[in-house]
Amino acid sequence: MGFGVNLNFSQIIPSIPFILQGVGVTLKIVVFAALLGFVFGVILALCKIGRIKVLTWLADAYTSVFRGTPLVLQLMIIYFGLPQLIGFEIEAFPAAVIAFGLNSAAYISEIIRAGILAVDKGQREAAMALGVPYKRMMRDIILPQALKNILPALMNEFITLTKESAVVTVIGAMDIMRRAYIVGGQKYAYFEPLLIAGLIYYILVIILTLLGKAVEGRMRKSD
Amino acid sequence: MIKVVDLHKSFGKLEVLKGITTMIKQGEVVAIIGPSGSGKSTFLRCLNLLEEPTSGKIWIGDQEITNPKTNIMKVRQNVGMVFQHFHLFPHMTVLENLTYAPMKVKGMTKVDAEAKGLELLQKVGLAEKANEYPNRLSGGQKQRVAIARALAMSPDVMLFDEPTSALDPEMVKEVLEVMKSLAHTGMTMAIVTHEMGFAREVADRVLFLDGGQLVEDAPPSEFFSAPKSKRAQEFLEKML
Repeated sequence: MGFGVNLNFSQIIPSIPFILQGVGVTLKIVVFAALLGFVFGVILALCKIGRIKVLTWLADAYTSVFRGTPLVLQLMIIYFGLPQLIGFEIEAFPAAVIAFGLNSAAYISEIIRAGILAVDKGQREAAMALGVPYKRMMRDIILPQALKNILPALMNEFITLTKESAVVTVIGAMDIMRRAYIVGGQKYAYFEPLLIAGLIYYILVIILTLLGKAVEGRMRKSD
Repeated sequence: MIKVVDLHKSFGKLEVLKGITTMIKQGEVVAIIGPSGSGKSTFLRCLNLLEEPTSGKIWIGDQEITNPKTNIMKVRQNVGMVFQHFHLFPHMTVLENLTYAPMKVKGMTKVDAEAKGLELLQKVGLAEKANEYPNRLSGGQKQRVAIARALAMSPDVMLFDEPTSALDPEMVKEVLEVMKSLAHTGMTMAIVTHEMGFAREVADRVLFLDGGQLVEDAPPSEFFSAPKSKRAQEFLEKML
């Protein structure tokens, strides 16, 4: 019959709701991992710019390790490896959140550190001169200004996180990717479900991008 | 009010202050002048420990701030500072800039802090800018807000670090006017400045620093008409 394009989306249509159910799984992992990554990333960044040498060293070492090894390895170590040490199984969902969160924190801490250092040091001095304690100064004066500057970089990190979350498929979490793969196996046709998965990821990323732009616009009101 | 004894400050190997001893009395307005690099800004910044002195002692009121046991945050609440580059908080409105520290540091209620803030804005002639963001203001307006922000803490002392040096010439006057009227209220003020006319008119005393040393300490009438040291004579020749 020769060479011909042989795509048949109609056989996949009944499976689309099944794939779409993965959106919830993916989003849940991404949202929790992003929160964990952000909070931990802020803490790491504060350690890096702080005066306590041991904390600076620990935070730098942490970043170095988590940036220097593959994410899929970190995920597999937590899901498959860790139970060997702690003696009980970890579900796929928490394992994914922990792995992505810890990994993301390393990147986010560098973004935030740079953001904090980019805030004019006069801001710090003005706050100090008013008697504002360090914690308050960071929370109310420095971090809000830093966040505004690094928002595009943070959005970038969250977008990466959303896409990279597809590697949870290796530990069997039922995310978009895994579902597409399963449908492919059932129908002996991988191209169509994978294409649909790709479209879903792309739409998620576009939504995230728009969300980021909206937040950025709101933060720019003081300009 | 302020007492400084044998104040030294080094940045690495560079000794910027080489033993300064002086006093500023309650209600006194002191102009600190000198060539660039003379250590005058560093001296001022030591008075609220934005710079940590290498050695020497400083008292603000009856508190020795160079004593590590002193809670410097507490002392700073009573020592207002105005910077060359204003350093207003850009993400807060003008009024929020004024109310932030009184509310968050002193625990003032929002109502009281806003009332006080508006009153101060009125005094510096910027009441109508209360809800603007700092980026919408001119340099002179920013500096007047910065002065009001420092005053919002009801300080006993005000430090001014070259408050008009970053301003366009036509805006210098409005800031000096605000400072002048503040001086008339009896506020204790230490002002690092290049505005000789202002120092002459408003200051009770002039401290002339050169090379990290206090070279002259005299009333402006004396200092400007008959400076004793050669260094001050040379400096004034260049300035006037």
